[in-house]
Amino acid sequence: MSPRIKSLALSALLLLGSGSVSAYTLEEFKFDSPAQEAEFRDLIGKLRCLVCQNESLAGSQAGLAQDLRNEVYAMMRAGQPKDEILDFLVERYGDFVLYEPPLKPSTYLLWFGPFVFIGVGAFVVVRTLLGKKQAQDEPLSEAERERLQALMDPQRDAHSSDS
Amino acid sequence: MIPELGHLALILALLLAIAQAGFPLIGSLTGHRPWMAMARPLAYGQLAFVAIAFAALADAFLISDFSVLYVSQHSNTLLPDIYKFSAVWGGHEGSLLLWALMLAGWGAAVATFSRNLPLPVVARVISVLGLVAIGFLLFMLLTSNPFERHFPVPPEGRDLNPLLQDFGLAVHPPMLYMGYVGFSVAFAFAIAALIGGKLDAAWARWSRPWTLVAWVFLTIGIALGSWWAYYELGWGGWWFWDPVENASLMPWLVGTALIHSLAVTEKRAAFKSWTVLLAISAFSLSLLGTFLVRSGVLTSVHAFATDPARGLFILIFLCLVIGGSLSLYAWRAPQVAEGGRFGLVSRESALLVNNLLFVAFTVLVLFGTLAPLIYEAFDLGKISVGFPWFNKMFLALAPFLALLLGIGPLARWKQDDPWRLTRLLKTAFVLSIAIMAIGNLPIVSGGAAWVPVGLALATWLVVAHLHLLRERLQHKQAGWPRALLADLGGNGRSFYAMVIAHLGVAVFIVGVTMVSNHEIEKDVRMSPGDSHELAGYRFEFLGARKVDGPNYIADQGHFLVYRGKRQVAELFPEKRAYLGGGMPMTEAAIDAGVFRDIYVSLGEGVGGGDWALRLYYKPYVRWIWMGAVLMALGGAIAVSDRRYRNARARRSAPAGVLDAKA
Repeated sequence: MSPRIKSLALSALLLLGSGSVSAYTLEEFKFDSPAQEAEFRDLIGKLRCLVCQNESLAGSQAGLAQDLRNEVYAMMRAGQPKDEILDFLVERYGDFVLYEPPLKPSTYLLWFGPFVFIGVGAFVVVRTLLGKKQAQDEPLSEAERERLQALMDPQRDAHSSDS
Repeated sequence: MIPELGHLALILALLLAIAQAGFPLIGSLTGHRPWMAMARPLAYGQLAFVAIAFAALADAFLISDFSVLYVSQHSNTLLPDIYKFSAVWGGHEGSLLLWALMLAGWGAAVATFSRNLPLPVVARVISVLGLVAIGFLLFMLLTSNPFERHFPVPPEGRDLNPLLQDFGLAVHPPMLYMGYVGFSVAFAFAIAALIGGKLDAAWARWSRPWTLVAWVFLTIGIALGSWWAYYELGWGGWWFWDPVENASLMPWLVGTALIHSLAVTEKRAAFKSWTVLLAISAFSLSLLGTFLVRSGVLTSVHAFATDPARGLFILIFLCLVIGGSLSLYAWRAPQVAEGGRFGLVSRESALLVNNLLFVAFTVLVLFGTLAPLIYEAFDLGKISVGFPWFNKMFLALAPFLALLLGIGPLARWKQDDPWRLTRLLKTAFVLSIAIMAIGNLPIVSGGAAWVPVGLALATWLVVAHLHLLRERLQHKQAGWPRALLADLGGNGRSFYAMVIAHLGVAVFIVGVTMVSNHEIEKDVRMSPGDSHELAGYRFEFLGARKVDGPNYIADQGHFLVYRGKRQVAELFPEKRAYLGGGMPMTEAAIDAGVFRDIYVSLGEGVGGGDWALRLYYKPYVRWIWMGAVLMALGGAIAVSDRRYRNARARRSAPAGVLDAKA
């Protein structure tokens, strides 16, 4: 275990559970152009704060997130292309660092599972609809209808209800 | 002394709940009327004792009795009284007590407003509510007693989490819980119907208003939570796909499917067993939400507790409720005949697809929330599933729902002519395409592909519902103003309720589309006297000063916002340090408007009177909550429809007519 990972684990322990609620700002980072700033924003939006619950690097206040932001900033200033920066971080921290899970065999379930479910559901619905055509109409029996009316609408509302 | 009385009241409430779960149900099965008749008094008794317990805890908070462990953990003498009161549900134990109070309240409401229902039905419904109450009261008494004392008594309490010291969060949980717990009534009606073996239109009509009321509360609760997150968390988002938010969204999605399928069951006696399944799911998901939040399985901002005993209890309770009701369903539902034939193009079909989509959304949310746990459990690696995944998946399905929403309400029950629908929707289609073309202009879309799509879908919805209104009113002989008044006075209300709720969806779509694609945010460093331009507004920073609050010290910035030469707002964002300790809190300053919000949040002081700040321009963000309010308003109006009042006004219904044979 490299010292870096160790300190990471330690900070993770310390920071877990401490919610981060105030706004940090990007003011400390200087950019050559608005395009570069936009690229940086995009990049930290794609990365995850490793010690937070459900926060991107862009939204997080945690100290570790700040470190990682500085690192990303430094790499970007050094002229590394976006993909290279992402690859480097994935290699170091695993897929967990990406806020959006990458598409690969182990995540097929995640990306396609819900659609398979919907497909099966749609199949069942369509079958039900087609089946309905042949099914016997089974309306309330006259006696049931009478009883229901007597119970529900004593005044026998004249209006047709619709909704 | 008073906390002990509260504790005692809880124990008595548990005993009453056991009686409530037992006697009326057994009475209804054996036909023993005196036992069935015990249902109502027992429901009132339970409410009385849970209310006493709640009052005892509230009293301990208001007099700052720190000998009570829970009070010392969540309150402080400096806390303003209103937050001392809302602190009652600011933690795990108290929120359970609030839950139990609401459950008892719903039970008493059923007892009161069910005079026209056959006694066996009332008895079974109230018994099922009693069963649920046993679970929650036992949970509280065994693992989470809010009245536990401790020694030595600390001189001062630990303070309420500063995040919760806010009006929005004082009212958000009660609303949400009213919704969650409200689904227990729909659930109880479904279980009662399964026990009685009679699922019919009458059952649907009885449970419909209850389900609607619960849904309205849940809608308001979720909207309040979103609004609160927007102004309180300081980065201006309105939905984070946080597991806790997802936990409240799932019952809402299934509940939305449920209120639609109940409509079919009431009108056409179709979808019966499906509707029952939805009612069971809606409540099960409410419980699952509680489990996810309370057990600490998913830690997040909202999770107050991490205690394995508690987690285990809820898990067992959850299995009993879900397993028990599904077994009952499997046993009884096949006996319930599916009625109501309908064609491929019909209102029923549209509602069936609506249900499919809502269930699909629910599965998405459930799956996305649990996926990280599943992957970890099966050693598939650690993954993060956050808003990028949820947004993509939702956006893949949502347009279909919006398209369907324009067609379904126009379709006739039973069988409709596709060409009639096509003719009716021609104008809506043409106008939507026109709006899409306009939306596609760079000046409107700003290059974002979703802007034309979102605006076109909203147009589609609005025009389709205008057609619907015209359809309804043009054939009335009395002329439309009179027809409208007659409708609103009588049975037609639910129709307008539907139109309003659906227009709420259109408003919501516009809000989401615009704010997601056109918001502008800017990080700046400003010295007193500096000004900064953003989206045509000039923000002038006059400086920051210290202000004292009741239990915090804040840095308060002072801003003037100009549009051209005209001053449009004066803003005072704060950064608060609470005396009770904890993280500093950002209190954003917002100038709200119908078409845009201006949002300033104070970051860090960077020396020399300079401040790091975040400025936001958020177009149409209010439309998100206005949409939700319209949906809730629609639900509320639907409940006021006269056919439910008729059913309610009748007091002397011959009890037992409908299921005499049970």
